[in-house]
Amino acid sequence: MDWNKFKSNGYYRSLTRNIFLTIFIVSIMPMVLVSGIILYQFQTSYHEKVNAHLEELVLKHKQNIDIFLKEKLSDIRFLGEAFNFTQLKDESVLQEILRNLQQEYGPVFVDLGVINSYGLQVAYAGPFKLGMALYATADWFQSAMQTDYFISDVFLGLRGLPHFIITVRKNWMGEQWILRATIDFVAFNNLVENIRIGETGFAFILNREGKFQTTQLLDIMPAKEPYMEFLKKGQGSIDKIHIVEKTGGSGNKNIYVAAFLKEGDWLLVYQQRSRDAFSDFEKALIVTLAIILSGGLGIITTAFILSRKMVDRVVSADQEKEMMNEQIIESGKLASVGELAAGIAHEINNPVAIMVEEAGWIGDLLEEEEFQQGKNLDEFQRALNQIRAQGRRCKEITQKLLSFARKTDSRVQEVNANELIDEIVALSAQRAKYSNVTIETDLQNDLPALHMSQTELQQVLLNLINNALDAMEKQGGTINISSKTVDSSVMIEVTDDGPGIPEANLSRIFDPFFTTKPVGKGTGLGLSICYGIINKLGGQLEVRSTLNKGSVFCVRIPLPEKKDNNLEEPSADSR
Amino acid sequence: MNGFKILLVDDEIEFLETLMKRIKKRAVDVTGVSSGEKALEEIEKNPYDVVVLDVKMPGMDGIETLREIKRRYPLIEVIMLTGHASVEVAVQGMELGAFDYLMKPMDIDELLYKLEDAYKKKTLHEQKILAREKDVGI
Repeated sequence: MDWNKFKSNGYYRSLTRNIFLTIFIVSIMPMVLVSGIILYQFQTSYHEKVNAHLEELVLKHKQNIDIFLKEKLSDIRFLGEAFNFTQLKDESVLQEILRNLQQEYGPVFVDLGVINSYGLQVAYAGPFKLGMALYATADWFQSAMQTDYFISDVFLGLRGLPHFIITVRKNWMGEQWILRATIDFVAFNNLVENIRIGETGFAFILNREGKFQTTQLLDIMPAKEPYMEFLKKGQGSIDKIHIVEKTGGSGNKNIYVAAFLKEGDWLLVYQQRSRDAFSDFEKALIVTLAIILSGGLGIITTAFILSRKMVDRVVSADQEKEMMNEQIIESGKLASVGELAAGIAHEINNPVAIMVEEAGWIGDLLEEEEFQQGKNLDEFQRALNQIRAQGRRCKEITQKLLSFARKTDSRVQEVNANELIDEIVALSAQRAKYSNVTIETDLQNDLPALHMSQTELQQVLLNLINNALDAMEKQGGTINISSKTVDSSVMIEVTDDGPGIPEANLSRIFDPFFTTKPVGKGTGLGLSICYGIINKLGGQLEVRSTLNKGSVFCVRIPLPEKKDNNLEEPSADSR
Repeated sequence: MNGFKILLVDDEIEFLETLMKRIKKRAVDVTGVSSGEKALEEIEKNPYDVVVLDVKMPGMDGIETLREIKRRYPLIEVIMLTGHASVEVAVQGMELGAFDYLMKPMDIDELLYKLEDAYKKKTLHEQKILAREKDVGI
């Protein structure tokens, strides 16, 4: 198992994904919701505002146009009341009146005409030569003859120019006659054309048939359908202002505001592209979207980095835990080995004690006189001494085992490193002998006591010595263990003259799970555990190695600080 | 020797017998039993000066037996024998009033020295008590 394997592990991948999604959703949802709600509210109120504004505008112009038409009509009606047919038949009088009108109202009135019941214009005043023109077949004449006064749609007429007329029907001597005034199309058109807002907002007037009553703007050819719908729908509600948003023929969404004029005869339509009308909103929308987008990107980046970092932490924490577990297992193993050793030591000690006692008994018996003359007495003595010596050796071995077992204790206490080294060397001596390895020690006599767990130091030293033994299993050699005080720490060096460690492995040697031993032989945790133990104590574990020359593992463990003060007293005593 | 009586308690009969033979050969009055219970019975019947007690025995173990002996016969000195160098057990034994402890296999001479020392301590102790009793008597 190594780092990359850890990372590619499905568990960590899904963990990364979950953390990422959680951060992302939790961060982005409120943002999207809040901006969405605010945007929606803003859109609604902004639309209302724009619509109200447009309604107001159209209403005002409708009123203006209505007033304009009413004024002109009443002017003509007044003329009809003030003068009779005979007076008006006189073209000079008519011209005088026209001049007065134009003086009073500007060039709104283009010309005046008097038409008899047969449709013949009997008198005319104006810039065109329309005297004695016959209007009997004209649509407006037929309509004008039906009512007292009449305002026509815009038409080309005899003069070939768009215009519309106002007529007043009068009775003179039983004959119907009509006073007609032409309204200047340009002046009227200005009323409507002045309504221009933004880039695409413009207004125009339609009659019931959908014909334009004002000039159309060249750049925009309005589609007819929406107006026809207005015309159809709007019959019942002449005074109302209608607002509709529709997608026009060119694919652009337009806003249409319409109001009826002239008692429903004409329709004033204001048209603007929605985008233009709501351009401010559009800007706000773009800014908001940009903020959401950049915020989203920020959140994604943060979530990505954060989740990676967190999982990295989790991975290293897991690894640490794994190592800790291994460490616990290792020290557990050591402890159970200790217990086992204690049991075995006891079991062996009893038979050995019996053997030694029996040998002692034989020795006692040999003291008696009858044996003193035996020719093999010396041999007997030698054999007995040998038995005693070997018994003592057994006792020493079991004692070592027992004292080792006793020290499988993870409590922090005063530890004499030299004692531990001696014990471990004694324990490893047998194995070293088989590998043809000599273990030498070079220990500083007055080494100060360390403040740590015995088991842990035992574990570190055992690991280092075992590693050295493993390295020299084939060729044999020498292991030197030295201890000395350097500055305020104890330095223990385990030096071997084995094959050494290749440069490439040297940097990874303390990595967890790094091993050069065959599968199943080493966990690759030994040195990393040692490193962990020493590191925890604030010490250092270093390695120097030369290929084919050997390796040196150097352990530095700081001495407890308080110890310095305490040490003075005993040293004073010893003087 | 000086005519003091020793009781040897060990569950290993072979060890017990050989050790008894060796001690007897050194002219010390010694009796052996193989368990803590038997030891208490034996002390009931005959007076002993020093008891040599193995720590690890089936049934009543050394520590329990020691406690019982010291409760009933506080003057009897006890030397503990341990199969393993368990300091805790030794310390416990000493706390309970054992005279000393030895680790098996031990040197016979060492054992005899300890026995003598224990006996001396016991006699000294007894004399003190006698002296006090006299004082009280007067």
